[in-house]
Amino acid sequence: MFGTGLLKGLGVTLKHFTETFIDDRRKEPSRYEGSIQVDERRRIIHQPISQEGLLTIQYPEERRLLPERFRYIPMLIWDTEAGEDRCTACGICAKVCPPQCIWIVRDSDESGKPITRPAEFYIDVAVCMSCSFCAEFCPFDAIKMNHDYELAVYDRYPQLVYDKEELTVPIEYYAALWPTQYAAEEAQRAKQKEEERRREEEKKKAAEAKAQAQTAGGESGVAKPKRSKEELEVLKAQAAAKAAARKGEEGGAETEDAEAAKRARLEELKRKAAEKAAQRKKESGE
Amino acid sequence: MSEATTVAEAPTIDSALPFNDAVPGAVIGVWAEETDKAYFVAPDKLLPLLTHLRDREQYDLLSSVTCVDYSAYKGKLRAGISERFDVVYHLYSTKKGGGPIRLHVRVPENETVPSATGVYPGANLQEREVYDLFGIKFEGHPNLRRVLTWEGFHGHPLRKDWKEAYYEEDAKPFKSRHPGGHYQWHEDKLPWGDNNTYPQGWDPDSWKEPVTYVPVSQAPYHGYGELDTQSIVINLGPHHPSTHGVFRMLTRVEGETILALEPEMGYLHRNHEKIGERNTWLMNMPFTDRLDYINSMSNNLGYALAVEKLLDIEVPERAQYIRVIMAEFTRIINHTWSIGFILNDLGALQTPALYAIEEREMILDLFEEVSGSRMMCNYMRFGGVVRDLTPGWVDRAKYLAYDRLPRALDQLDELLSGNEIIKARGRGVGYLSAEDLIALSVTGPMLRAAGVPYDIRKVEPYCIYDRFDFDVPTLPESDIYARYYIRLLEARESLKILQQALRDIPPGEVNAYASATLGQGFGTIMGGKGGYTFRPKEGEAYARIEAPKGELGFFVVSDNKPNPYRYHVRSPSFINLNALGPMSVGYKVADAIVILGAIDIVLGEVDR
Repeated sequence: MFGTGLLKGLGVTLKHFTETFIDDRRKEPSRYEGSIQVDERRRIIHQPISQEGLLTIQYPEERRLLPERFRYIPMLIWDTEAGEDRCTACGICAKVCPPQCIWIVRDSDESGKPITRPAEFYIDVAVCMSCSFCAEFCPFDAIKMNHDYELAVYDRYPQLVYDKEELTVPIEYYAALWPTQYAAEEAQRAKQKEEERRREEEKKKAAEAKAQAQTAGGESGVAKPKRSKEELEVLKAQAAAKAAARKGEEGGAETEDAEAAKRARLEELKRKAAEKAAQRKKESGE
Repeated sequence: MSEATTVAEAPTIDSALPFNDAVPGAVIGVWAEETDKAYFVAPDKLLPLLTHLRDREQYDLLSSVTCVDYSAYKGKLRAGISERFDVVYHLYSTKKGGGPIRLHVRVPENETVPSATGVYPGANLQEREVYDLFGIKFEGHPNLRRVLTWEGFHGHPLRKDWKEAYYEEDAKPFKSRHPGGHYQWHEDKLPWGDNNTYPQGWDPDSWKEPVTYVPVSQAPYHGYGELDTQSIVINLGPHHPSTHGVFRMLTRVEGETILALEPEMGYLHRNHEKIGERNTWLMNMPFTDRLDYINSMSNNLGYALAVEKLLDIEVPERAQYIRVIMAEFTRIINHTWSIGFILNDLGALQTPALYAIEEREMILDLFEEVSGSRMMCNYMRFGGVVRDLTPGWVDRAKYLAYDRLPRALDQLDELLSGNEIIKARGRGVGYLSAEDLIALSVTGPMLRAAGVPYDIRKVEPYCIYDRFDFDVPTLPESDIYARYYIRLLEARESLKILQQALRDIPPGEVNAYASATLGQGFGTIMGGKGGYTFRPKEGEAYARIEAPKGELGFFVVSDNKPNPYRYHVRSPSFINLNALGPMSVGYKVADAIVILGAIDIVLGEVDR
């Protein structure tokens, strides 16, 4: 019949309208069921999957409850217990980052020796694509994904280039955002620690046993006689002569030998790598 | 062709024989290393061979045409290749099903390849793409001009020696980021204005875009009776809400009637494939999300399958089920979305579209819960998926698949299928015969709406689709209405698959190469330290899936390096646009909008 399509369409709209309207007139609309009231105006809405009717959330007063795995921008974890960054500046997150938006400068101690701590850590969040690879591949659980998505600023540079201070959060924050994953990681950590402790103890025991055996052996055995001063002098002179001889015949047979040795070592390394690869392949095939 | 090109002849000559009987001297070598049949073809014999394959061997669908620039190849397998370029064709059969025939045509620089458009009109856009990005000229192509970049673009970006603005290194990871790298703002390194170069003899000021593009310029002119009207050229788009993004339809119209229509795209082009070659294998995964951003899960799946083919790794049972579940949920999202926006294009602005995508929010909630993101899911990995489902997820998904989504689809059906306006505007509009659609390389719901039961899930099953009981719905009409209705039917079939998969999903590991616990960083992919970079064995692989929009294929070439040597996306949206012009001719301008809507394009995937 001509016109039924129109009536049907209007009917669906009317149904949606009345459902939402009636729901909104209730003292507590059904979309507030299971929500968290933060204060008088603000609440966090947990939208049940069976929610019917209009699904509008009155942002910014009302917000969605984000799932634990929600990922936005990375954050660095500050281990409050140990009082240090978990980050060791190994650079894996920078290497695995698809848009290459992580820059790390490794810290160094007074003598200039690099240490496992980042001096600078930048993420250009204007470039970050929220893939969470950095969090996935960090071997120290030092970088995780933050849930904070309100990052709007007036300028890209330097506001959207986050430095270490802006990125760092205490571990409690992470534990609150990612409770399940945090618990799983902590359990893993505890297990590892336990394992380490056990191994250490075993080592200690073994060392003690060895020491005991050695002291027992040392008592019965004869101590090695030390070289006399004259003998030492002779040895020194011999070594010096050898060194001089080596210096003298530059490019001689000996360097060729060294090269051959190098090659042999390379071959050995290659063989080992091939073995390892084969092993891995076998393992992965199972 | 020189002797050096036939790398692996002789041993498998008998499999090449059939074609050599029919077209002597066409196949000059067989690529022995590949899983699919791959033949080297002499360029001058390409067209006879293609004609033979189409007419006698039933390979009627030219799925993909692409090219590889071997000038920087470091691997050993193809060391003997003297020609720089290798044009790769993938042919499938919609009648026989099964795997492809892959043809390689080697061409040195500055030489031409005969255009396949005479045999397969669907080669049109793809050959233009190869010409645009590699600079290979196709002899006999009716309209060989740039398609993704603009006319003033200097160089051919997918050549290995072409470097982009802000070029840093050939491959990621870039050295400057590792411990010791300081932040640099890139805009400081290369001030604006200095990075523009134009082709020789090309002046940006004097250049005017010609409106005489083929076929718009060749449109027939005919006056209407005593009213001697003149046909005019109208630009639909690029900034127009009906074009689903930044897309232009160059039309020649006579009154309201379209005489010729030429799609113009590339406004969103970012050279996804070049980015993909700079990236490591893993890094491409989140980039695939951004292709067809409505269906990020199926994009992930297609790419994962291609690389898994190279890596030769198995996916655990549970992960297979999860992949299927995600892909089918994605299909429902896409089809309801597409239905809603066909309605939008018909003029039923926003309201039906909103009702159509209401349930999408619920599915996206589920996606967000497992993957952390609603649209850019980045959920699949080589060898499985990144994380297991959360507790209670399957129950919620079941509620959707058994209860809520069937109800929603019924409501859509009830609301729209009998509507007089949709029938009046849709029936008989945009007709193209099934043969034409296949010849134009169109795949997906459009082809099934023309009565061709061609669904890759059935004809060449991937993942575990062969275990599920579902039908491939077809409709014979091949018009707008059929294209609308087929999507509804397909969404119902997806529900069937979902219900079976959610019922049967077994417990177990979700990634064969994941470490034991969640978030234990190292080794999510291949196990052991450095799991984030790996080197697949040398070779090439083409994996295709039945994405909601059609055949989504990923063609990857590895030279045993941490980065893909070649990474090509055969995107359904782009190739389905071949049919836009032929479909629209003879209809009104308002119909052209709906015809485009029924092709269902996403510009992120068209322009790549």
